Amino acid sequence: MRAAPVPEFMLEPAFDPAGSGRDAVGLGSAAAKGLDVRHGTILTLEGINVSFDGFRAITDLNLYIGVGELRCIIGPNGAGKTTMMDVITGKTRPDNGVAYFGDTLDLTQMSEVEIAQAGIGRKFQKPTVFEALSVFENLELALKTDKSVWASLRARLSGAQKDRIEEVLTTIRLESSRHRPAGLLSHGQKQFLEIGMLLVQDPQLLLLDEPVAGMTDAETEFTAELFKSLARKHSLMVVEHDMGFVGTIADHVTVLHQGSVLAEGSLEDVQANERVIEVYLGR
Amino acid sequence: MTQALNQTLLARATAKLGPQASLAVGLLVLAVLLAMPLLHLLPADHALHVSAYGLTLVGKILCYAIVALALDLVWGYAGLLSLGHGLFFALGGYAMGMYLMRQSAGDGLPAFMSFLAWSELPWYWYGTSNFLWALCLVVLAPGLLALVFGFFAFRSRIKGVYFSIMTQALTFAGMLLFFRNETGFGGNNGFTNFRTILGFDITAPGTRAFLFFCTVVLLVGSLVLGFALARSKVGRVLTAVRDAENRLMFCGYDPRGYKLFIWVLSAVLCGLAGALYVPQVGIINPSEMSPTNSIEAAIWVALGGRGTLIGPLLGAGLVNGMKSWFTVAFPEYWLFALGALFIVITLFLPKGVIGLLRKEKDQ
Repeated sequence: MRAAPVPEFMLEPAFDPAGSGRDAVGLGSAAAKGLDVRHGTILTLEGINVSFDGFRAITDLNLYIGVGELRCIIGPNGAGKTTMMDVITGKTRPDNGVAYFGDTLDLTQMSEVEIAQAGIGRKFQKPTVFEALSVFENLELALKTDKSVWASLRARLSGAQKDRIEEVLTTIRLESSRHRPAGLLSHGQKQFLEIGMLLVQDPQLLLLDEPVAGMTDAETEFTAELFKSLARKHSLMVVEHDMGFVGTIADHVTVLHQGSVLAEGSLEDVQANERVIEVYLGR
Repeated sequence: MTQALNQTLLARATAKLGPQASLAVGLLVLAVLLAMPLLHLLPADHALHVSAYGLTLVGKILCYAIVALALDLVWGYAGLLSLGHGLFFALGGYAMGMYLMRQSAGDGLPAFMSFLAWSELPWYWYGTSNFLWALCLVVLAPGLLALVFGFFAFRSRIKGVYFSIMTQALTFAGMLLFFRNETGFGGNNGFTNFRTILGFDITAPGTRAFLFFCTVVLLVGSLVLGFALARSKVGRVLTAVRDAENRLMFCGYDPRGYKLFIWVLSAVLCGLAGALYVPQVGIINPSEMSPTNSIEAAIWVALGGRGTLIGPLLGAGLVNGMKSWFTVAFPEYWLFALGALFIVITLFLPKGVIGLLRKEKDQ
């Protein structure tokens, strides 16, 4: 199954904004120091099985995400989308199978905290922010830095860190709410705050579970722009039900059904796929 | 979660309204507390003389206030409700008590050991005649117990009511252990009949005044430490642990380290409070470890307003002040009054007395 770890479209020059041919060099620009992505694959899932009390949530799942790719995952309810994210972030351990971040980090052997520190960020389906803290403080906590107790006891924000938070506040359009407690934000604003927290965390792979749920059309459009600008610098995996949104952002779509990959390809290909139509329309 | 949120909102609203007023009241209370030991040194027939009873009573309440503050650090900030903080308090008290027993026994064995016909000190009494080692024990005994318990509890991700029940079981087990004569801590009588501390008569006005003064210093120190922590990034991480622990883990923080840090710190503060309590009150026995004592501490915090640092101090002062008055005036009704108080607080003052004061100010 691992015949083509680098999706073909990624090798096209048009998808290489710097034009430096990073695939030729073998190092994705999205890869930070220490993460080995020589094969151009930031995430590798092979033969993953997860079952809960006999219910098979994920069956023999194979999935590869390339460096700098923006991948959309769609599928009906219960297809195993959230479980797959749980496996990647270490919340759920697979019964068997291989899960690698980059070429060397075995996700099945790492704790949730280690995985987060290695560079995988996650946005939950239900927006989860620290409600009692202000918007600014939420971003401060998420900021990429030493997160040990000792470091936090002595932590002072440097000028560069403050600038970075301000920059993200502008990006997510919450400058005027910076001192409001996050619990008072609207649903859409919380979604943006959580996305902002991912941005300051600066992960190499972002997992986004239904990021535009509860957003207005304008907000959705803005989010699409934001994600498109993030791709290539970061790798993104977006789970979404909103087909319009998927159509705007995705170059590559994976359809999950009953815990395994049903189809993969561009949105048009996938939508034309007989089996996908069958699953979605129940023929 | 919304409750915590409202609390923060209130805190922010009042921070602007009356910081000067709160500061003035705080300084006044501090001045009175610092004057009390000096007034105790006045001759007994002087109009401003503070009696030994009064000084001891207030000193005792101050020790309880430190426990309330320590409990609030873990409950109000990190969201870990401990119903076993009395154990840490008692362990600090016992460590100090060992030293005081050795002082009053001189070169011989403490009296209760002679009654048991023991011929030598158990190994863990070794060195307790040294005041400095006793002070180390005051910190180490509660600190190490909290470290070991916390390590396993947080590693197994025990939270919420399960954590509370385990702390309660822990203090109950401690009480049963200390009730046994064989444990070597005086069984159900505990330690009493202290005579001297560092060679000074423990009942002398000067000694009492100094112990009281130390208690005030410890209380102020704990409060300053609490404020510093609450304003530091650690305070914000702890709030995040309370509100959304999973989110915090996906941000790359390991909550275990933070919980363990605040848990051990809180236990050590309780131990220090216990060590100051024992020489002032003159007795320590296993009933200090009884679960009801720890639950009462939780009531002080809830009544004062958890998640604020001043609230628990107010709560400890109010409940214990009322207790002293009630148990003299209507001894048989105190527990009913306490129960009623708790119901009223839960129903009408979810943010405690502090919440009430802040609401008044807002209007």
